[in-house]
Amino acid sequence: MRARAAAPPSVDWARALKDAGLVAGIVVLLAIALAGFRIQDESGGPPLAYRFNDVVAAALIAFLGRLGIAALRAQRAVPVLAGALVFAIALSGVLVFGADEQLLPFQSTVLNGTIALAAWMLSARAAWLVWHAASETSTEVREARMDRLSAQVQKLAWWVGPLLLGLAVALPFLPWADRRLLDIATLVVTYIMLGWGLNIVVGLAGLLDLGYVAFYAVGAYSYALLALHFDLGFWVCLPFAGIMAAFAGILLGFPVLRLRGDYLAIVTLGFGEIVRIILLNWYAFTKGPDGLSGIPRPTFFGLPIAREAPEGGHSFHSFFGLEYSPVDRIIFLYYLALALALLTNLVTLRIRRLPVGRAWEALREDEIACRSLGVHPRNTKLTAFAIGAMFGGFGGSFFATRQGFISPESFTFLESAIILAIVVLGGMGSQIGVVLAAILLIGLPEVFRELNQYRMLAFGLAMVAIMAWRPRGLLAHREPTVRLYHGPPDASDGGPRA
Amino acid sequence: MGYFLQQLINGLTLGMIYGLIAIGYTMVYGIIGMINFAHGEIFMIGAFIAFIAFLALGLIGIGWVPLALLIVLVATMLLTSAYGWALERVAYRPLRHSPRLAALITAIGMSIFLQNYVQLLQGARVKPLQPVVTGGVRFFETGEFAVAFSFLQMVIIVITLGLMLGFTLLINRTALGRAQRACQQDLGMASLVGINVDRTIALTFVLGASLASVAGLMFLLNYGVIDFYIGFQAGIKAFTAAVLGGIGSIPGAMLGGLLIGLIEAFWSAYFSVEYKDVATFAILILVLIFRPTGLLGKPDVEKV
Repeated sequence: MRARAAAPPSVDWARALKDAGLVAGIVVLLAIALAGFRIQDESGGPPLAYRFNDVVAAALIAFLGRLGIAALRAQRAVPVLAGALVFAIALSGVLVFGADEQLLPFQSTVLNGTIALAAWMLSARAAWLVWHAASETSTEVREARMDRLSAQVQKLAWWVGPLLLGLAVALPFLPWADRRLLDIATLVVTYIMLGWGLNIVVGLAGLLDLGYVAFYAVGAYSYALLALHFDLGFWVCLPFAGIMAAFAGILLGFPVLRLRGDYLAIVTLGFGEIVRIILLNWYAFTKGPDGLSGIPRPTFFGLPIAREAPEGGHSFHSFFGLEYSPVDRIIFLYYLALALALLTNLVTLRIRRLPVGRAWEALREDEIACRSLGVHPRNTKLTAFAIGAMFGGFGGSFFATRQGFISPESFTFLESAIILAIVVLGGMGSQIGVVLAAILLIGLPEVFRELNQYRMLAFGLAMVAIMAWRPRGLLAHREPTVRLYHGPPDASDGGPRA
Repeated sequence: MGYFLQQLINGLTLGMIYGLIAIGYTMVYGIIGMINFAHGEIFMIGAFIAFIAFLALGLIGIGWVPLALLIVLVATMLLTSAYGWALERVAYRPLRHSPRLAALITAIGMSIFLQNYVQLLQGARVKPLQPVVTGGVRFFETGEFAVAFSFLQMVIIVITLGLMLGFTLLINRTALGRAQRACQQDLGMASLVGINVDRTIALTFVLGASLASVAGLMFLLNYGVIDFYIGFQAGIKAFTAAVLGGIGSIPGAMLGGLLIGLIEAFWSAYFSVEYKDVATFAILILVLIFRPTGLLGKPDVEKV
């Protein structure tokens, strides 16, 4: 693999040029209408503005980049290194010192920066090839390498898990933990919990659920309505919210769980939409698009975490004789989320070892074999659906109590898609993978909030890039839950199943 | 009677739009067995490109409606096809041999990307377009109510029927159609008998995208307003239509689209507008309970 090639293969320049030209042509077709023109919203003046510089720049960059990659494939690294380096330095220089805006390819700084970064990466790759003269590693080799790595991570799970847990518990007391970081951490932990909940349905039972957000919504609205109408507290409502969500899961699952694969996917998606539309339109019950506000905050064993203690009672800080600090509530919510997430994880881990958990995984692998062994497919799937939904409901009521305000806008298909993406990106069925994916997909975009317009753009691209890089998920390694004999694990069966 | 007829016309028009999008879903599903979640965004991009093309023609000063329509139609189909091609290249080809869920996630990722890409380039505000095709005929005049059948609706129905006819011929009579049907049956076997599978799949995406772009153009003409978010609603409706008709079956997609359009129109007219989507999905669930593979879908034979 690392052997120096005796003579670099000759470059088929005609073909490379044709290919690069084709790519540039496609880029022009893609960009000419949407990037070349802009519909003007203001009345008066021309309805359409046009600006073709960006289109030309994009096509040129695509052409050069494509040529550069072709040359790299043919091991002509030195000219590529020179070209990419000159381009990268020039672009970065103009960007940093702000010489002449006319020199920049695009109007937007973020785009220019991305192009500069890409040029730097191309030069780094070329430099690597100049020194190592390595051929491209094939996909299989890369996959196998990452599989080994993730197998290692799984093996290390017994200390990686506790380490992460310790970090998570200590987080609020770390010196750089400010309010913003804690808010982000709470969000990430919420999504980890939802990911673990959905993992039961998708990862363990193998049922593709595109409407998980429906259960999240049912949980949130159950808590909010119970709390507002019957004046109940968070801790009383939490189990009810879970039960309501599980009930919704059974209600949906009962008729549709005999559908297979994609039919099930569209029905769950439809169910998610039905729930959202009902929440939006049943004004008398849900206040429709206005949403429900004034949802009570959770208490610590009956002690509210607030500056003012209730009449004739204590609040958290006065009971323990502490100084009140506004961060207290944030920290408390963070720990609450963490506790709920850990509960989800614990239940999942334990239930996997129960007969029903084994049945889920068996059903995912082969439904016919299961039926012939006496596993009732629908009831088994129903339990997975209901338990997954229950954790969705817990997550929902946590969301409601954290926000204090909920409206149907929070429960769109995008939420379902993000939670599903967390499960699949993490490597289906892998608990640590979900943590990793949630940090990547939820934490990172939150940190880069300043890029707000480009945030979701990059989010979508990242989903594509990660999947293309690791099609089976980041930590896709499936350890068999039962072995027939305790021999040394066979290398060939250690790999994940597709 | 007049009211009923009016809803029938409205429903058919809407159903034609859904049917055109649904064909794209069903074709891709038939060949590679994957849900193309970004197809709704392709439809939305088609609508935007058509919008821009109309404005550009207006600036140049081409005012004769049939000519303008023709130019916009061709330009929209061409430019949107490029998106279909790029989508396949970026989100599907690298994952052809991966687990199916992976491709679902890349498609959702592309869908999020394309939505924000259009929002970034064209702004988030709703874009209104002046009516292009005006006028119509009125009949069944009884008192104050008359059934209106606008020229626009006729244009939509005629173009859609023409496209569907051409498309059916393409699938049944041409070499490309044969290659597509072969790929639908067995990808590996098709490549063994000398069919360029990559090219066929790419062309399937291109065809689907061009049909969806026509749907986008018609949506724009019919409603007169678009924004970057229209792709999601139309996409799941069309996907529902494809599943209702039996996914993988092209006549099924057309039938499903028409049914969804009619259900929507009649439900809005006789019951409530707010719950029309609930009705659509409820009927989908009902149909799937009794016919798990859709109306025209082939039953799934399970081999052990």
